[in-house]
Amino acid sequence: MVDITTPAFKEAGREALADPHLQAALTKLRTGFGARRASAIEQLPEFDDFRDAARDLKDHTLEHLDYYLELYERNAIAAGVSVHWAADAREAREIVGDLCKAVGARRIAKGKSMISEEIALNPYLEALGYTVGETDLGEYIIQLADERPSHIIGPAIHKTVDQVADLFFEHHAPLGKTKRLENIPDLVAEARDVLRDGYFESDVGITGANFLIAETGSMSIVTNEGNGDLTQGLCRTHIVLASLEKVVPSLDDMALILRLLARSATGQEMAAYTSLTTGPRREGESDGPEAVHVVLVDNGRSAMLGTPLQDVLRCIRCGSCMNHCPVYGAVGGHAYGWVYPGPIGAVMTPAMIGIEKGRHLPNASTFCGRCEEVCPMRIPLPRMMRYWRAKDFEAGLPPARQRLWLALWAWLARRPTAYRLATGLAMRALRLLAGGRGRIARAPLAAGWTGGRDLPAPEGRSFQAQWSARGGSRGRS
Amino acid sequence: MVGARRLAGPVVSSRDAILGRIRKSRGRGPLDAAPPRPAHPPLPARAQVEGEAAVAQFAERAEAVSATVIRIATLADLPDTVGAYLASQNLPSDLLVSDDPRFDAVPWDDRPTLEIRRGAPAKCDLVMMCFADAAIAETGSLVMAGDADNPYMASFVPETAIVVLPKSRVGGGLEAAFADFGAGKAMPRALTFVTGPSRTGDIALQIELGAHGPRRVHIVIVDDDGDEEKPLP
Repeated sequence: MVDITTPAFKEAGREALADPHLQAALTKLRTGFGARRASAIEQLPEFDDFRDAARDLKDHTLEHLDYYLELYERNAIAAGVSVHWAADAREAREIVGDLCKAVGARRIAKGKSMISEEIALNPYLEALGYTVGETDLGEYIIQLADERPSHIIGPAIHKTVDQVADLFFEHHAPLGKTKRLENIPDLVAEARDVLRDGYFESDVGITGANFLIAETGSMSIVTNEGNGDLTQGLCRTHIVLASLEKVVPSLDDMALILRLLARSATGQEMAAYTSLTTGPRREGESDGPEAVHVVLVDNGRSAMLGTPLQDVLRCIRCGSCMNHCPVYGAVGGHAYGWVYPGPIGAVMTPAMIGIEKGRHLPNASTFCGRCEEVCPMRIPLPRMMRYWRAKDFEAGLPPARQRLWLALWAWLARRPTAYRLATGLAMRALRLLAGGRGRIARAPLAAGWTGGRDLPAPEGRSFQAQWSARGGSRGRS
Repeated sequence: MVGARRLAGPVVSSRDAILGRIRKSRGRGPLDAAPPRPAHPPLPARAQVEGEAAVAQFAERAEAVSATVIRIATLADLPDTVGAYLASQNLPSDLLVSDDPRFDAVPWDDRPTLEIRRGAPAKCDLVMMCFADAAIAETGSLVMAGDADNPYMASFVPETAIVVLPKSRVGGGLEAAFADFGAGKAMPRALTFVTGPSRTGDIALQIELGAHGPRRVHIVIVDDDGDEEKPLP
């Protein structure tokens, strides 16, 4: 489950294209999330102003990240929180493991957290003998299926109702639920029932964080189910995993980003629950943990600062880029082979597992630009994928044939006369191949393209020819 | 040891290593202060509402996310409206009410069928009533300040949450809810924006209410909330 299968992206993608269940789920995702986001944004005409402001705010925070992290730490400690710093995934796992051991934990409840996937926390804790229960419905489903999330906000988005029904039937029978349920309301109700005890009986609750507020020392989670709040409100010890870039200066800055987050993610104005918690249970209170630990996880992020990848640290994990990506929409999340799928995964994955293993991801893009267009934080994802392609080429990783073609292309592109001659010939050849149908079903050297779809034949004259005909300038202006 | 890594020489804490890398990337040392943050745009038009218009918009937005809203004149009307609501939903008349002192003077005997208990929610409590601290017209969100009187878990444990909201506490935008909090001011331990009932789309993207938190959120707006309430700025 924690294996990195990214190097097999192409094979996994081919399998995904041939999986009818997955294709049905992906069709629903594209239409569902896309339409909901569009209508939510229509209702906030100021949306783009808030995107600009949120981008500027995050840039400001990253520029002074050390200052805001220390400010957060100071205020969190003053509120009674223990703050831990983890340089990498291993250290983060060990801190959590040590904390669980120190409180004599047996059972652990978990809210959905991408950073816990990133550091592969569950297998580590299970190997130490703890019982770890995911509480987010999607995470719970994939925990039963022993899979990883296929989407950062809808972890089990690839599962059909039937598949969920089978999983529940198999795993809930020992709990006395012996009827195979078939409709969604019944399945949700059964999961609610089965998971409820876990909140009251777990010793430790682990959640992620959507925001850390520097001025107050608070942490915030945004959920729709309420599982994250039950997890942190009812367990004796609350452990928060937060990557460094989750910090924002003030409560008002969080409000700014909240206007973008749910709209971009699910098309809601606000998720059902946005909670800010500040320190452990206070005198007279009937709920809340006795101890709160926040683990600040770096795991490669501080090394991205000041590089062309810095902007990716603005990401608020809404999933909009994958909801609108034609590649994600065709192959789904598992093909990406690690924790983060879609365009954000194509940028994050090579940074975290290395370009050698992650090289297929930034190459699997037509640069249609949709991801950047919908990103609430205006992250230039295509530009970053291009950065990885350059790194890929510099490291000599593309196969020899691909490198040869690229070298030929470079030679041609620098010689306008030869280029015009070659493209003119190619256009004529392609038109011949199409034979008046306008589409080419099979072409030499292009089986990879025509295997999945037709290649449109060129029509009319070339761009350069039209440009000249309209009196366009040839020279450099 | 937690939070530190052993290198070849002395122990360098991960904290120092991380902060050091950040400072190196910026080409500077530690800062005593950060420059002013970039300005925020003006509040969206939908957040610039006040008074009765804000209350109406709050109710409309809350209903759009599947909450139910009713308005009453004073807290003396609470037993009748709550009794009628529970009956309309076929819910038991056994009701847990938070320890908020504002509930002390409510004439519960007006509705003798209601069985009122006071306190914090336990696993078996199906219906609970508490006070909201404020509400946001922009999004239809309730702002719950979890403390000893109105516990954090009151918004999560019961299947049905009945929330009493003084009319004067309805503000325009998200920022209004933060006006009482923030730097230098006291922060409640748990401050929660509740926007409709609990929901999930995790099975085949179909929205279902009541995933883990309440299936129903019933909001009772009280017009005359006494003189001790302070309106939102």
